[in-house]
Amino acid sequence: MKIHIPNSAFLGNINHFLSRFDPSEPEKLEVTAHDKWFWVHPVVLSMIAALGKPVDPGNITCSIAAKTGVYLERMGLYSFLGIGSGLNIEEHEAAGRFIPLTQIKTSDDLSRFLTELVPLLHLEPEHVEPIQYTMSELIRNVLEHSKSPDGAIVCAQYFKKTNTIRIGIADRGIGIKASIEGAYPVDDDLGALGKALTPGITGTTTKIGGTAQNAGAGLFFIKTIAYVNQDPFFLYSGSAMYKLLKRTGSSITLRANPFNDRHSKEANMPYWQGVAVGIDLALDTTKEFSGLLKIIRNFYFEAVKENKDKKTRMRKPKFI
Amino acid sequence: MSTSLETTTIKLFDYAGEFAENKDVAAKLRTEIILPNLANSNRVILDFENVGNTTQSFIHALISEAIRQYGIDVLDRLLFKSCNDKVQSIIGIVTDYMQYEG
Repeated sequence: MKIHIPNSAFLGNINHFLSRFDPSEPEKLEVTAHDKWFWVHPVVLSMIAALGKPVDPGNITCSIAAKTGVYLERMGLYSFLGIGSGLNIEEHEAAGRFIPLTQIKTSDDLSRFLTELVPLLHLEPEHVEPIQYTMSELIRNVLEHSKSPDGAIVCAQYFKKTNTIRIGIADRGIGIKASIEGAYPVDDDLGALGKALTPGITGTTTKIGGTAQNAGAGLFFIKTIAYVNQDPFFLYSGSAMYKLLKRTGSSITLRANPFNDRHSKEANMPYWQGVAVGIDLALDTTKEFSGLLKIIRNFYFEAVKENKDKKTRMRKPKFI
Repeated sequence: MSTSLETTTIKLFDYAGEFAENKDVAAKLRTEIILPNLANSNRVILDFENVGNTTQSFIHALISEAIRQYGIDVLDRLLFKSCNDKVQSIIGIVTDYMQYEG
């Protein structure tokens, strides 16, 4: 496999980075980077770490200039790959800046990670909530559906200039198409991404309301958090990529079909075995989480009411 | 957990913490406490005191099977205590979509 880190690879321009990924010869990994500088989204690092995790370190080459390698060292990439950076750098306090590459393989790993996240980020509760929520749902998806022996590889970084938290999560599991096909026929990877983002569709059953353990709502919630907050969201699996673009205008209309949202998509990207997800959460525009949930609840309520017999009363939970 | 004759109260914070998101915990509470008590015609109170936030996946894993098995009227015996706005919204989302007639 060959992967190259360009000058810049954020969610808006990530296609260039993805298009140069060569997934052939999976027993080897060659990482190269622009020799002067680069500035990349955490999902780029999560993807490279996920690629390298199962590869024998003796089969990994990482040709990166020392100056730019410092960033990768601080994010923990070299130790993930099991190779030395040859760099001797002064460690800085991570709090408020970034969450280095972290491997999460179990439910308890995730609960610990989410608890440790709060002091690391040094943020107000209204900002922490959507971040915790997003990470919990996305990483649990990996643990439950990916069948990846290496679990989820996660990292995040705070960008002061834009006051944004950028999150990247990658796995090398079965991918979304294989997961969705457990319950629904899908033609291709892009169709599978569309199904996975649609509320009420899960790879575990075709029953409305899902199973006791899955409802098929997790990715729809995450896409909605991004949509309402005008944040970009990126999902890549197999040969397909879906990117939710920032909504324009002030009106908020939730849509069940992700292809009816403002988006871009690709169906013939280099094949990514597994799933990679990237999301940006701009803290200046983060809507209060309780308000965001009310928007989602109203969407479900209207959809269910419309579907019900007009004479049947909707039951409400009793809060005491 | 405290039990009276007909009512079992589950203090979610004791099992799932301030951010109740661990679905394995939810599944254990569902199979070991919630469903057996409902099967015995008991009332179950899910007490969210000190739970600051939760996820749709956690609440789904906790209560959806009870609604599926006993119908939506189980909400007369499955009560939610000390929920803040966020927790109430997420419980409401799950109980709403469990009434979808597909």
